[in-house]
Amino acid sequence: MPDATGLELIAHDLREQVPGSVTGTQHHRGTATLVIDPEAVMQVLTWLRRTPNQDYHFLASVHGCDYLPHAPRFGVHYELLNMERVERLHVKALLEDPGEPELPEMDSVAALFPTANFQEREIYDMFGVVFRGHPDLRRILMPDEYEGFPQRRDFPMGGEPVLFTHNEHQTPRWYE
Amino acid sequence: MSEPAGSVRQLATGVTAEPAGDAQTEAELMTINFGPHHPATHGVLRLLVTLRAEEVLEAIPYIGYVHTGIEKSCEDKSYWKVIPLVERMDYLAYYFNAMAFCMSVERLLDEPVPERAQYLRVIHCELNRIHSHLVWLGTSALDLGAISIFWYCFRERDKILDLFEYSSGQRMHTRYIQVGGVADDIPAGWAEKALRFTEDMEERVGQYEAILDRNEIFLQRTRDVGIVPQQRLLDLGVTGPLLRAAGNPWDLRKATPYSSYDKFDFKIPVGTVGDCYDRYRVRLAEIRESCSIVRQAIEGLPEGPHITTNRKVALPPRHELATSMEALIHHFKLVTEGFRVPPGEAYVPIESPRGEMGCFVLSDGSAKPARVHMRDPSFVNLQALREMVVGGYIADMITNLAMLDPILGGIDR
Repeated sequence: MPDATGLELIAHDLREQVPGSVTGTQHHRGTATLVIDPEAVMQVLTWLRRTPNQDYHFLASVHGCDYLPHAPRFGVHYELLNMERVERLHVKALLEDPGEPELPEMDSVAALFPTANFQEREIYDMFGVVFRGHPDLRRILMPDEYEGFPQRRDFPMGGEPVLFTHNEHQTPRWYE
Repeated sequence: MSEPAGSVRQLATGVTAEPAGDAQTEAELMTINFGPHHPATHGVLRLLVTLRAEEVLEAIPYIGYVHTGIEKSCEDKSYWKVIPLVERMDYLAYYFNAMAFCMSVERLLDEPVPERAQYLRVIHCELNRIHSHLVWLGTSALDLGAISIFWYCFRERDKILDLFEYSSGQRMHTRYIQVGGVADDIPAGWAEKALRFTEDMEERVGQYEAILDRNEIFLQRTRDVGIVPQQRLLDLGVTGPLLRAAGNPWDLRKATPYSSYDKFDFKIPVGTVGDCYDRYRVRLAEIRESCSIVRQAIEGLPEGPHITTNRKVALPPRHELATSMEALIHHFKLVTEGFRVPPGEAYVPIESPRGEMGCFVLSDGSAKPARVHMRDPSFVNLQALREMVVGGYIADMITNLAMLDPILGGIDR
């Protein structure tokens, strides 16, 4: 992974190319983290992938997390990898919670990295982050008609009735 | 291959509703459910397959049938109680799950692992890799109609489970790898047994090859089937034996050696064509390399503690509890509350039998993780299935699925 100086150089170049894209850098326990503005995610990842001497061609993982009670609440993490130099770069986009009926939104990177397809669907399923321009944004692990986003920190654990034939009439919306 | 998945859905679900091409062709299309309950899906995978006669036009995976919310449950457990939960994700690679999680927590704690513990981890992980590949070989050959190899593979697999039982007390989901080391040192006589097994195993691999390598049916069903270009595999995030069969020698054990892997001499088998036959050859060669690593690790096993001596992280030895007040306090605090981890995020990838298995842990400074996410290689590799099967016969789809080696417990978590 890039050292602290290398990370600052990347951040400097990115700020010149895409103004306002990088909001911070962290170098913690050997992990180089680039904190970016979610609106610029596509430009930042395209730059990191296409620029000579950067060449982060492989997207190892995309995952979400919920920083409640901190703000901004949601984080979408991209683990980029350069296989030639064996360097990993951790890119983190932080999203504000827009309030109950609305969902946080950001651009999908599935067009740039096809591997993000399933993983963005999982983040949508679990955290309710909507990825604009995703080819097929549906729930992936939970049932299609499920309500709520179970990996959010304020989503309760347990307490959901299991549907059997004997209790399906008492369960809400059984007739739908 | 670059057509967006939106049109894919239309094709699969709208076959009768909105015929896209001429009516004559559309009328012959058939959309069927493959799975979720089908022995050849290696779990509970459902594929919505569109067929024209025997040709696969579209295959869309539907997953989530064994989703149990393990990642959510992990947030309600202290760190050391998370280990048995994550072991149940990819249920054929339980040592690897525990290893990825423990290494992430160790990185957050900045806790070094004693060298003996690193070697013991390597020994068990490589035995687990052989075990996982044996189950894969047995069930895959079964899918192709060869039943005897299944019994042979499970015979050897049972010997590995015996070794696991001998060292940890459990046959599966052993909870052997702990934060800071391993649960216990190997018992007397274990090393000799394991050495004898590796010698035995290398001979057995030759016997498997004798059964399959010159089998006309096996060759016809696997050769030149399911070739996807290497660059496309990389774009789809595929790692592990699938990528190595396509000729890319990417192996995290060599690229970023963790847990003393740089001390061992082993090769990375790669394929040349990238078809199902290469995937089979690469995995068999990996069994041989794993045997060699196990032998080197046992022969060079260093002396020393099997777990860190930091009492804030690891339980004190049992005999100290009777004499030391300090040890009793540490024991009590660890069992009731667990240890606290400084705030931070860590993503640690390791090489599992199926590719890059990464564990992301977010700590908020308390004794429970705020988020545990497993980047499961099966989940990501499954995206490549469509590219492998579209345009081929439905029988080749079974071969491709078998050689992809998906573990649905890991996919659905």
